[in-house]
Amino acid sequence: MNQNNRTVISLPSDREILITRVFDAPRELVFRAHTDPALIPLWWGPGSTTTIVEKMDVRAGGKYCFVHRSEDGEYVFHGEFREIVPPERLVQTSELEGMPGVVLETITFEEQDGKTMLTVLDLCATVEDRDAILASGMEEGLSETYNRLADLLAEQDAAR
Amino acid sequence: MMTVFEALAEPMRRRILDLLRERPRLVGELVDALGISQPGVSKHLRVLREAGLVRVRQDAQRRWYELRPEPLAEVNHWLEAYRDLLEEKFTRLDGLLRELQEKENKDEPE
Repeated sequence: MNQNNRTVISLPSDREILITRVFDAPRELVFRAHTDPALIPLWWGPGSTTTIVEKMDVRAGGKYCFVHRSEDGEYVFHGEFREIVPPERLVQTSELEGMPGVVLETITFEEQDGKTMLTVLDLCATVEDRDAILASGMEEGLSETYNRLADLLAEQDAAR
Repeated sequence: MMTVFEALAEPMRRRILDLLRERPRLVGELVDALGISQPGVSKHLRVLREAGLVRVRQDAQRRWYELRPEPLAEVNHWLEAYRDLLEEKFTRLDGLLRELQEKENKDEPE
């Protein structure tokens, strides 16, 4: 088990992202935080946004829709629940409106000594979709990073 | 300008980088190892050079292609930023789970 409660990311294949994280709580509670519409706005969205649960029909085939509002605008996440096995497993699709690509997300909750290991496996349609998700971490300072990367490449050119 | 991420997105280019990680190679060696045409290999090498992942060393009549690992550190940086984004969300979940547990304990006195 992932000992310290650090988020670990790995890329098991071209189209997958695997995320693990340990929580100091029983898995029933961690599962509840993922499936209770009243709890989602308290943690789910990006930090500076307000999350509104427009729809959350927690059953196989049920749809969900979360709206994140921030000063920059609005992001809409939506998808469909495919499999709900409390408190062990959730399978759902997920897509960000205006962006290509649907992700099939399998979330498992394993409990050991009162702690819960959360595992999120994201399967993307293409490698480009996956990379777009990974790049979303750069959104905040995206232009800054592009500039740094451009500088780096320019230096390499100059050194050649 | 092709980004490092885009250059790495292509499986054949990642195979080329794997081969170059072992040692510098000539185009002909890459053609043999990969089983694709020389124009194909050259095209991928051009993309990798543009992204700064590969450089050429001229040795008399031979052109050795070698790995330039520096931009890979930049990719790590992207992954780290994505991790930070998730960590922020999971830290909020930590707080929520703590609150829920405190509430449960209060609701069920011993």
